Amino acid sequence: MSGAPLSTVTEATVAVASLRPSARPVARTVRRVLVKIVTAVFVLVAAASVTFFAQFLVPGSPAAAILNQQNGRAQQWSAAQLAPVNREFGFNRPLIVQYLDYIGGLFHGNLGTSYTQFKPVTQVIGDELLPSLVLTVTALVVAWVLAIVVTLLTVKRRPVISSLGSTWEAFTASLPTYWVGVVLLVVFAVEVRIFPVIGGTSFMGTVLPVLTLAIPLAGFLGQVTRDEFEKVLDQPFITTARTRGMGDTAVRLVHALRHAVLPAVTLSGWALGALVSGAVIVENLFGRPGIGQVLVNAVNTRDIPTVSGVVLVVAAVYVVANLLVDVTYVLIDPRMRAQ
Amino acid sequence: MTTVTASRAGLPARLRSARPEGWAGTAVAALIVLFLLIALIAPVLLAHGSPYTINLQQTLLPPSLSHPFGTDDAGRGLYTRVVYGARESLGIGLGATGLAMGIAILLGFVGGLAGGLVDTVISRVLEVAFAFPVLLLALLLIAIRGPSVNTEIFAVGIGSAPGYARMVRGQVLSVRQAEYIGAAGALGHGRLAVIRRHLFPNAMRPMVAVITLGVGQSIVWASGLAFLGLGVAPPSPEWGALLDSGRMYITTAWWLEILPGAVIVLVALSVTSLGRKLQHRLEGAAR
Repeated sequence: MSGAPLSTVTEATVAVASLRPSARPVARTVRRVLVKIVTAVFVLVAAASVTFFAQFLVPGSPAAAILNQQNGRAQQWSAAQLAPVNREFGFNRPLIVQYLDYIGGLFHGNLGTSYTQFKPVTQVIGDELLPSLVLTVTALVVAWVLAIVVTLLTVKRRPVISSLGSTWEAFTASLPTYWVGVVLLVVFAVEVRIFPVIGGTSFMGTVLPVLTLAIPLAGFLGQVTRDEFEKVLDQPFITTARTRGMGDTAVRLVHALRHAVLPAVTLSGWALGALVSGAVIVENLFGRPGIGQVLVNAVNTRDIPTVSGVVLVVAAVYVVANLLVDVTYVLIDPRMRAQ
Repeated sequence: MTTVTASRAGLPARLRSARPEGWAGTAVAALIVLFLLIALIAPVLLAHGSPYTINLQQTLLPPSLSHPFGTDDAGRGLYTRVVYGARESLGIGLGATGLAMGIAILLGFVGGLAGGLVDTVISRVLEVAFAFPVLLLALLLIAIRGPSVNTEIFAVGIGSAPGYARMVRGQVLSVRQAEYIGAAGALGHGRLAVIRRHLFPNAMRPMVAVITLGVGQSIVWASGLAFLGLGVAPPSPEWGALLDSGRMYITTAWWLEILPGAVIVLVALSVTSLGRKLQHRLEGAAR
């Protein structure tokens, strides 16, 4: 989760600048959106190719891996034993056919067959997707609320308050998910028994997992928003607003905030990716159903198709979220179109 | 002014927005790093006893004067184990960051210098890699190779390489525009000599701080994998392994989980803070 977001912004700006100035604005916008969509599809197909070829990096043949898994031991299997598995999973077909079948299947919502459960990966993931989505989206919203409240209250106030705010952000932003989760769990579920230790998908059981994900993310979003907020508060139009007799709170809410949140909005697509990583850990810690649990179980049993399936679904969510952020940006911000 | 902005373009937002910390923060960070160094070189100086000796007379004791971090389910002092685990944990962090940087330098320099089709291909590959969150890419690699220390290093290294590669490429692209590079060429120095003597050191200078930050980050990621039971296996005192074995006692012996986690957080924060200081120094020197 290091440098991705900023570089994305930079590259987007460069791409705008290099567009032909002669093109008509509407046509240009449409073209930019189309290019973004095509790129997103390309990225997803390439990502699927990575996961497809990943299964051949497993030592030994896939069929042997399945038999090992079924029998719970690693051994040499004879050709006669491998043949039915090869036929069932289609490993005996030419590689290119398998590849095209896999990629083609994706467009029909087919992610292959689980090595351990012998049913389509989409079924294995299917029911678990919703709780994970609820968790990550709620966490994103809560993180935004936390970040904005802390920023509004502490940015450009008395030095003590401002530095308290920025220290809080720097500290929380660097906390690993598992540690936040463990501390919250021990404090609010073990010592003070407000929330259940294992809460499933109930409301009370969702509070701690959401906070675990939201607190570090709020720190990160807050850092970015605070920087922008400070710059915006120095802008001439803020002074103008103040000379018109506008109060400090009103200036912050009406004028400064909408400018200050823009960079962090751009990062929200990326944040979703970070949230999913965090969700894997949170779901395991709180025993909450979701794709994180499926994923870790599949990694432990080395069920490559299921791992690949989850990874691909996450990549798709991430790419689509970023696509939406990009497109919204092009549509909303006139500067992105008319440079 | 423009050159300054350009040379920073490839660096992460957090680094850019970093304010220099006050002297108090730096002093604490330096102290923690000093402790870390002692733990690496001579753990005997910091902790008495062995990190492996089992003592069933004193299992799961809360923190006290004789056991500052309490004891675990086998009666081993957690503090001693944390001190002795530093070496392996830092080794994993350094290994993963080194691997990531190696890949990043290769891709970043080849892409940034070759330009054209090669650069387009590398940029596209990086874009695809970015679609996978680091932890998920690492989990995929662990599923393929099976859990072990080497896989953990490999997984964290590969997972974090794309981010660094993008930064290195950005650095190469901005530094190669600099006038002194053109001047060196005009003076008749060979292409390779210019790359080695001028381009490489100048492009990599801001990366020094990024590497420092990366070690802290790698330790955190590796411990996250270990937390999921996919890293170094207990009874090793490696920090991730401590987290893994402490999970069973989370409702009864909080110190087994919270204290090793706190150590990881403190070390990562200190290394990060010193990295930022270094960054400001280097940027000051570059101007």
